[in-house]
Amino acid sequence: MNTVLANRHALTTYCLSLARFLTGWRLAAFLVSLITLVPLLVVLFSLFSPEPEIWDHLRQYVLPDLLINTFWLALGVALGTGFLGVSLAWLTAVCEFPGRRIFAWALMLPLAIPAYVAAFVNIGLFDFTGPLQTALRLWFGSSAWFPPIRSRGGVILVMTLSLYPYVYLLARNAFMTQGKRSLEVAQSLGLSRLAGFFKVALPMARPWIFSGIMLALMESLADFGTVAVFNYDTFTTAIYKAWFGLFSLSSASQLASILVMLVLLLALGEQSWRGAKRYHATGKSNQSRYTLQPFLGWISCLYAGLILALAFALPVGQLLVWCVEVFAEDFDSRYPMFVLHSVLLSSMAALLVVVAALLLAYALRLYNDWPTRFFGRLSTLGYAIPGSVLAVGVFIPVAWLDNQLIAILKPWLGGGAILRGTLTVMLLAYVARFLAPGFNAIDSAMQRITRSQEEAARGMGLSGWRLFIRVHLPLLRGGIFSAAMLVFVDVMKEMPITLMTRPFGWDTLSVRVFEMTSEGQWERAALPAVALVIAGLIPVILLTRQAEH
Amino acid sequence: MKLMTPIKAGLFAASAAAISLASFAQAEEVVVYSARNEQLIKPLFDAYTKQTGVQIKFVTDKEGPLMERLKAEAANTPADMLITVDAGNLWQAANQGLLQPVVSTTLNANIPAHLRDPKNQWFGLSVRARTIFFNSQKLKATDLSSYEDLADPKWKGKLCLRTSKKVYNQSLTAMLIDEHGEAKTEQIIKGWVANLATDVFADDTKMLEAIAAGQCEVGIANTYYYGRLMEKKPTLPISIFWANQNAKGVHVNVSGAGITKYAKNRAGAQKLLEWLSSDKAQNLFTDLDMEYPANPAVKADPKLLAWGPFKQNLINVNKAGELQTAAVKLMDRAGYK
Repeated sequence: MNTVLANRHALTTYCLSLARFLTGWRLAAFLVSLITLVPLLVVLFSLFSPEPEIWDHLRQYVLPDLLINTFWLALGVALGTGFLGVSLAWLTAVCEFPGRRIFAWALMLPLAIPAYVAAFVNIGLFDFTGPLQTALRLWFGSSAWFPPIRSRGGVILVMTLSLYPYVYLLARNAFMTQGKRSLEVAQSLGLSRLAGFFKVALPMARPWIFSGIMLALMESLADFGTVAVFNYDTFTTAIYKAWFGLFSLSSASQLASILVMLVLLLALGEQSWRGAKRYHATGKSNQSRYTLQPFLGWISCLYAGLILALAFALPVGQLLVWCVEVFAEDFDSRYPMFVLHSVLLSSMAALLVVVAALLLAYALRLYNDWPTRFFGRLSTLGYAIPGSVLAVGVFIPVAWLDNQLIAILKPWLGGGAILRGTLTVMLLAYVARFLAPGFNAIDSAMQRITRSQEEAARGMGLSGWRLFIRVHLPLLRGGIFSAAMLVFVDVMKEMPITLMTRPFGWDTLSVRVFEMTSEGQWERAALPAVALVIAGLIPVILLTRQAEH
Repeated sequence: MKLMTPIKAGLFAASAAAISLASFAQAEEVVVYSARNEQLIKPLFDAYTKQTGVQIKFVTDKEGPLMERLKAEAANTPADMLITVDAGNLWQAANQGLLQPVVSTTLNANIPAHLRDPKNQWFGLSVRARTIFFNSQKLKATDLSSYEDLADPKWKGKLCLRTSKKVYNQSLTAMLIDEHGEAKTEQIIKGWVANLATDVFADDTKMLEAIAAGQCEVGIANTYYYGRLMEKKPTLPISIFWANQNAKGVHVNVSGAGITKYAKNRAGAQKLLEWLSSDKAQNLFTDLDMEYPANPAVKADPKLLAWGPFKQNLINVNKAGELQTAAVKLMDRAGYK
């Protein structure tokens, strides 16, 4: 009797403390993280149904090579995007050189090109049968000395060129908000400008740079399209092999779970490394820049121009050429609708993700305890799961819920689908997948807000919502823009979730790209791809200009 | 989200009203999940709608996700029909209990036995032949004989292949396993790998171009890729070779369809399926994508007929599904990437 009472008492206390724990922002954040956690759990649930025979085969014949390949790809992309992103961000944010104003926004344009499209264009141009090597053979009789594009180096290069904008965008934001004064302080302490960069600016921008690299890493780990075009086998290849070749979705999910845990470890590792350090800005950000000497200035211009040419002008140029070839045959009256659908979905998803990321980041700021931090991290892991697997993870619980609802509501509604086939499912799935880019951009910006700014506002009687809207929101503007833009462009390019959850008739530009590429008709994919790039570019340009002011 | 709710509620109410008002006059509808590309399937649907007035609603995706979708939706699925490419995928769908048997004298008459499921759960609708292609400046047709022969060391450094991840190669390997057993097939695949001139390709078209450019001399591809490529670049020095004519014949695969287990409009789906096997639709199949008609009474497109007649391997394409897992594992063991 006593034990029952004691148990009941303990339970009540537990529930009470749980209720107290889950109030306000924290509850909101928890609900937001559920959007990702549910599909994640569906994927993780597979760990309980092992298929030893398939695992044995994968372990013995498939995984060893893949792990090595994945390791090199991850390392290469991390170093490559880190180097390109940080150097270009530094140049355009802090230095003055010829063309800077154009490069500042133009360097983000590659974001709008899906990586697998860039991959195919590069292979088309640089492979043995491509125009370059063909011309070389014509002139020199052989092109044997030409480095093969379908190689580890080739994949890393193409992926770096299409993913560096993540680092660029966030690092630039960091350098812009850092304030020149911290650098001036460093110089007054006797550090050279270069030493100032390495000892002050770079460490102060670390959360941004890391977030950017982390996004690029997650994207390359979850990528299937690009590596498939190169036939470069990574961990994702094993996931798809288990699913499509060996017809074991559970083994595929298990492999995906391992990937997710790996990324979680990486993220938590960085968090503990960051520890209690704060990254507030010193002084007001300042538009005046260091003017580079003419020689250095022109070198910088050349460097930025080269990256832009390789990452953007070249693939878009090729796409345009193909576009002209197929335009007459493929363009039809449905295109405005495809564009409209793409833009509508991307905008709605961007809005939702920004709201969700704000909630999450704000809860993390208010409650910096480990459960909140852990859940915050967990809910960004959707980005590391290959899209098709995540799409299944979203679809299974939704279909289950739908089936329950249909059973209950059948007498009234006559048994049609209730949730499936609506945009709600699609948008939830997008949030689950793209919370990471949104959250990383906003959370990094949140780091810039000092405690004293907050206290001053509180002193003036602002608290709760009003504090958030009057003080935090304006300070977070840059981060919010970055978040919205990243998600907008990512959703434009997204395929597996769109394919699986779109309602009848909701075809988008990326669905068109899929239709053409799935049978290898790359030239015919150029038209939707170009439309996608153009529709994706408009927000890129608008938002960058916004961020400049 | 808040904004969405009233709009959606309105739409919902409106559509509910529309349905109840129009339910008497409503046109018949068939819902299709298709792993066959939109541009290759929509013209067929349009023709059907024009002829019969039956509306067809469809979504496209890859086979794997479509099957998971059917599984998750279970009895509440809106889909009446599943269309996929490759017999292996159709076999999987049947094996996972997603399809139902169809009793139809029309289908039995139009589709040969080796191109449909023995239990009539799915029917091949177009035939895709996977055969050998060679550089006509470097080789003569008499140099070639069979898929198996390409494992011979005489082809060292002269062979191009597409990746083993593509289901077409998995099916081809499955057929070889059925004919020769695993041990011998593994020897054959290892021989292919040893003969490769360059890394395997991600798609058939690029591989055919490599043959034309002289990077290699011979390779295996589906005929319609060849057809599409030659239409664009007719001067390329690539020729078709019908493989294994002195043995069992060219490996063929199908794209096909079945009626889903929980189809709401079973009768409508069956009518559509029967129509897809009829000469009108079969002609469209071959015109749209240069595939061969599954219905032997229908003549292929003249472009295809120009490639000459060939003997098909009459083994039931169902085998591709049964042996697909074994084939994938075998190719992994043989180091075929």
